[in-house]
Amino acid sequence: MSLETTWFLLISVLWIGYFILEGFDFGVGVLLPFVSRNEADRRAVLTTLGPVWDGNEVWLLVAGGATFAAFPEWYATLFSGFYLPLFLILVSLIVRGVSFEYRSKYGNAKWRQRWDIAIVISSALPALLWGVAFANIVRGVPLEKSAQGHIEYVGGFFNLLNPYALLGGVVTLTVFLTHGAIFLSLKTAGGIRDRAHELGLKIGMVAAVAAVAFLLWTNLALPAFNSKVALLSAGVALAWVSGLAATLKRREGWAFIFSATAILLFVSDLFYALYPRVMPSSLGAQFDLTIRNASSTAYTLKVMTVVAVVMTPLVLIYQGWTYWVFRKRVSASQISHPERGILDTATHILHQ
Amino acid sequence: MNSLDLARWQFAITTVYHFLFVPITIGMGFLVAGLQTAWYRTNKVKYLRATKFFGKLFLINFAIGVVTGIVQEFQFGMNWSSYSRFVGDIFGAPLAMEGLLAFFLESTFLGLWIFGWDRLPKKIHLASIWLASLGTLLSAYFILAANAWMQHPVGYTMNLEKGRAELTSIVSVLTQKTALATFFHTIPSAAFTAGAFIAGISAWLLIKKMDAEMSRTTLKLGLITMMASFVLVFISGDVTSKIMTEQQPMKMAAAEALYQTTDSAPFSLLTIGTLDGSRSVFQIDVPSVLSFLATGDFKGTVKGVNDIQAEYEKTYGPGDYSPNIPLAYWSFRLMIGFGALGFLFALLTLFKMRREGTPRGKWFLPAMIFLPFTPLLANSFGWIFTEAGRQPWAVFGLIRTADGVRAVVSAGSVLFTMIVFTLLYGVLAFIEVGLTLKVIKNGPQTELDYADPKLGGSDKQTLVMAY
Repeated sequence: MSLETTWFLLISVLWIGYFILEGFDFGVGVLLPFVSRNEADRRAVLTTLGPVWDGNEVWLLVAGGATFAAFPEWYATLFSGFYLPLFLILVSLIVRGVSFEYRSKYGNAKWRQRWDIAIVISSALPALLWGVAFANIVRGVPLEKSAQGHIEYVGGFFNLLNPYALLGGVVTLTVFLTHGAIFLSLKTAGGIRDRAHELGLKIGMVAAVAAVAFLLWTNLALPAFNSKVALLSAGVALAWVSGLAATLKRREGWAFIFSATAILLFVSDLFYALYPRVMPSSLGAQFDLTIRNASSTAYTLKVMTVVAVVMTPLVLIYQGWTYWVFRKRVSASQISHPERGILDTATHILHQ
Repeated sequence: MNSLDLARWQFAITTVYHFLFVPITIGMGFLVAGLQTAWYRTNKVKYLRATKFFGKLFLINFAIGVVTGIVQEFQFGMNWSSYSRFVGDIFGAPLAMEGLLAFFLESTFLGLWIFGWDRLPKKIHLASIWLASLGTLLSAYFILAANAWMQHPVGYTMNLEKGRAELTSIVSVLTQKTALATFFHTIPSAAFTAGAFIAGISAWLLIKKMDAEMSRTTLKLGLITMMASFVLVFISGDVTSKIMTEQQPMKMAAAEALYQTTDSAPFSLLTIGTLDGSRSVFQIDVPSVLSFLATGDFKGTVKGVNDIQAEYEKTYGPGDYSPNIPLAYWSFRLMIGFGALGFLFALLTLFKMRREGTPRGKWFLPAMIFLPFTPLLANSFGWIFTEAGRQPWAVFGLIRTADGVRAVVSAGSVLFTMIVFTLLYGVLAFIEVGLTLKVIKNGPQTELDYADPKLGGSDKQTLVMAY
């Protein structure tokens, strides 16, 4: 396998990790008001994300950094081209992280309500926009060679809002909602678990329809029938249906494994449809960004391969261990004085 | 303003803002880890109270540092795509390493620390704050190596056909003296900042007679941290300025507003120049000190702006190679001035504590409230000096800042995102300061019960930490 291919693979692994992990984070964030009946519920829901959301988000930062290092042309063209959607994602991630940390510091109902609204919007927006962005990458966007000899984006913002891309957005949004619901039913107890279970089933059906439509469209839009892309698409469908069946039978662990697998296969499918291109141009194949014309030198790729091969397994081990440490279900009854924020009053001040 | 000016402003705003939180995070992480270790070793409850109290402040601050850091990772691609294409082969590597080695470590173990009080055995819980702190240190190292490469590019070759710089030695990039000197300047500065933060807050608690047992200890801890780290900041600052004189003589000349090459050059305390900054009218000087700072010899020769300009025109072709001289001159002085002011406050307080126990006096409270701001200002001016002083270069000698942006992104888009980021950051600062003040006013919690949990915790218990 060439170095470029290795890095294409590694970057797809980073995106797979990101979408599986932050995918359920996004889902849980959007579902927060819909699975909760009271303040204790809401805090239990957020506590399932507490120890892990930040580590999950790092997958995105590493995907960004790795793209910068391995395919600088891809990094530069993608993020300057998809400027406004990326900006909206960044703003959402800023608001979301702060909301988690600050929301329950005060008991004030209005304070908490505002952060809850922020959590819902800032979780829904990236869940939708990542789908829009990736669908556009797969579909191809207007790229042209500039006077400096670089392949650059020449479309505007509204170019990105085409039906195929919007359908892609609906797919990621509904898939992440389902994935989040399954995660919640696996990680909580009592009423939250039941409501998450029901919502997971309902949204999961919508996601199934959207995903099938999107994958059919993806397969038909390819210049020639690609049996491996088709096979992966079928795999996505199979995993998703298995996930829904497991949800129906209330086998929550299996349901989560299947929804994670479906996401893995879905992202693999998109990357497979791209390969060896990283950003096809809608203005002609001569303007395609590929793993060859976008990549760094062999030396840089070698250095980075060593780092990635040593570090990635280590990261997987300690991040996996975190999930094991926090494996117990969280229930609303475990939250003492849910209405009280730790900053509300100084309970006992020592005077000496 | 065109998209270049706007992109520069956006970079300045988002980066200076981000770096208000970074040094507090790095320094506080280690100090909180130290306090928790003291509790682990001695079992004295005051250390547990201090761990929890300063831990709370640490986390409120950390949240903003994390979320504003996301922007830093993508801003290069968004606003500086030409720069990214030019440097990606080299600059991207430390960024990716930072993610893989540092961000994962930091975020995962901090999550374990925050939520692990009733899920991890005492020893593993303590280890998790140390590992998270180690993550912040590694992160600083990689990003400083990347910045050092912009100050002084090494281990590369130019590929003219592709129009980019290409990496030939990662070892040189990661171990060049510019990177190491910067690291040993920045990390003690972070410790100094956190020390000032802890000292200022502890002094306030002491004056308000809240938990005097704890706050006396943490006041001393903060002040001693400041003393020790100031020595290191001072030494590494001296080394850094000598390296700077050798590698970027223009920056040193600009820092001193020294226009003519001079032997036994004086250190200027105050300069009033003409408005265009090209000539100084009035100066107060300390004889020969600049020569010593720059070369280590009181009689050494320091090159002036005009000579360096002539030299660079020969090397790089026609153009203006001097940075904004008033900005470089003043930011350099303000960096040193605020750092020294913080140090003097700390020294005086420590001296008074030794003589009369709890320090008193009219000056004490306002000085202690101002104390945490001195390093924050020094840090900001330090980075403004480092970055503005390198101009017109983005990477010294290789690519100009003006060539780093591309017209792909319209000025309107950059203006829009700049306004939104600035407003959002403003709101976040307001909330952050509010929460921080509230924590301080509430003071340390005094009722703390702790039972060493087994790994994973137990099922039915109430959670110690919930979002």
